[in-house]
Amino acid sequence: MANMYEMGDFQTAETLETFGFLPPLTPDEIQDQIAYIIAQGWTPAIEHEHPSKSTNDYWTMWKLPFFGETSLENVLRELEACHRSYPDHHVRLLGYDNYTQSQGSAFVVFEGRG
Amino acid sequence: MSVKAYDAGVKEYRDMYWTPDYVPLDTDLLACFKCTGQPGVPREEVAAAVAAESSTGTWSTVWSELLTDLEYYKGRAYRIEDVPGDSESFYAFIAYPIDLFEEGSITNVLTSLVGNVFGFKALKHLRLEDIRFPIAYIKTCMGPPNGIQVERDKFNKYGRPLLGATIKPKLGLSAKNYGRAVYECLRGGLDLTKDDENVNSQPFMRWRDRFEFVGEAIQKAQQETGERKGHYMNVTAPDPEQMYERAEFAKEVGCPIIMHDFLTGGFTANTGLAKWCRRNGMLLHIHRAMHAVIDRHPKHGIHFRVLAKCLRLSGGDQLHTGTVVGKLEGDRASTLGFVDQLRESFVPEDRARGVFFDQDWGSMPGVFAVASGGIHVWHMPALVTIFGDDSCLQFGGGTQGHPWGNAAGAAANRVALEACVKARNQGRELEKESRDILTEAARNSPELAIAMETWKEIKFEFETVDKLDVG
Repeated sequence: MANMYEMGDFQTAETLETFGFLPPLTPDEIQDQIAYIIAQGWTPAIEHEHPSKSTNDYWTMWKLPFFGETSLENVLRELEACHRSYPDHHVRLLGYDNYTQSQGSAFVVFEGRG
Repeated sequence: MSVKAYDAGVKEYRDMYWTPDYVPLDTDLLACFKCTGQPGVPREEVAAAVAAESSTGTWSTVWSELLTDLEYYKGRAYRIEDVPGDSESFYAFIAYPIDLFEEGSITNVLTSLVGNVFGFKALKHLRLEDIRFPIAYIKTCMGPPNGIQVERDKFNKYGRPLLGATIKPKLGLSAKNYGRAVYECLRGGLDLTKDDENVNSQPFMRWRDRFEFVGEAIQKAQQETGERKGHYMNVTAPDPEQMYERAEFAKEVGCPIIMHDFLTGGFTANTGLAKWCRRNGMLLHIHRAMHAVIDRHPKHGIHFRVLAKCLRLSGGDQLHTGTVVGKLEGDRASTLGFVDQLRESFVPEDRARGVFFDQDWGSMPGVFAVASGGIHVWHMPALVTIFGDDSCLQFGGGTQGHPWGNAAGAAANRVALEACVKARNQGRELEKESRDILTEAARNSPELAIAMETWKEIKFEFETVDKLDVG
């Protein structure tokens, strides 16, 4: 190993927090994560923002959080609708946990083209 | 109350301090000690002696006792239990009235409970196993400056454990080279890096220089990755004045978190620093150097679950808890027992985890459990399972020992962590399927593939010295 010329060059990347180091999730994998959020009793919610402002605490909410939602398809459909409306924005899915008053989950589903 | 006459001399402790019919009050502070008496001393006398010496008693009756109501102030040994699998020792349960303690002072609580009594000749060994703090006392302590929820919001990290590393080598780097090591870790995907505990302000690297270079490393990594980053600036110092000076400067260079060693620094310093952090919106990472001196002997000292509870009350947003799987000692059930004490708002008695009392924490913020010491990518599935999301997993050698360097090592760990979280959320069993999960993830990450190859044979399998007491 230790041959210095065989080393890879690690390039810094913009990674957008959780799951930023994995390849983009497939539609099935996104469904699995929505199912996890719902199974925890968390509330799915969608936010979007232009990449130039992605480091802000607040992104723009897409509608309201989907309180009481139990259908994977509905959440997926809203994610896609948000993505269609704002194709150049990042779109992320959150799971609001009202017990911890935090987000149990949050990850970018669609990366905006900027 | 009846009038007593003064009767000089030495009485047996149990006459006054062994009260098996006593029903503890909700406001009492309760303690469980594991006692090992000298041969021939009855258990009740040992338990009563511990209660007396850790509260109002002394070896001889004194006249001034009659000027107060000792029945109100005394500690009471109210229960004795066998230690499973150990005929030599027993558990003594002692109740202390809340008015024995100054409000909000962990220093005062420990000075009473683990003061002179530990040197008492009638005892061969003594170990403080657990304390039940009454909610009334908890409400007098500020606790963590921020807590888990605020820390997640400040760092914008959700749905996964935090990822960190202690910068190596521990000692000897110049400030600029040290900042380089930090920058490489952070740009590679770590959330946080850490000063080693003994990095304070030595001749080879003075604290101000370190803070300046590390400050730049954090800002640059944040700009390039778009993620929030931090470095635990160790402000542990020779005296409180210098500690606060360092804390102020860490804030000035834009670092969101500082660090303190709560046992070597002491509870008074720690509580003061925690209050400074609350006032200044800074996070506080707590290291635990010296803990094994106090907590490792199974029959003498203080169990770490007590030190962890004391830290939550004194104040800290993150506390080291061991790794269970890495190079440092830590029994799994016992570790889970005190991790609960850091994070939950109520922890029920659970002897299988070494928890002797119900503990109500009320609204006290939670503390992140930090797992650090001899861990690498192969441990990731077990760590995510054991510690869950509200933890900080720190890979020092496991990041910086990567053949391509810190950034690649950081990326390898971040990929492994996210792959484990994703798989867990999908309902997969991480520990059973660990090899498959990591191997799949490594297909898209040459950095992870090389890390897995580098550390595939490294294990730390030794028998735990301090095991839970089971029959």
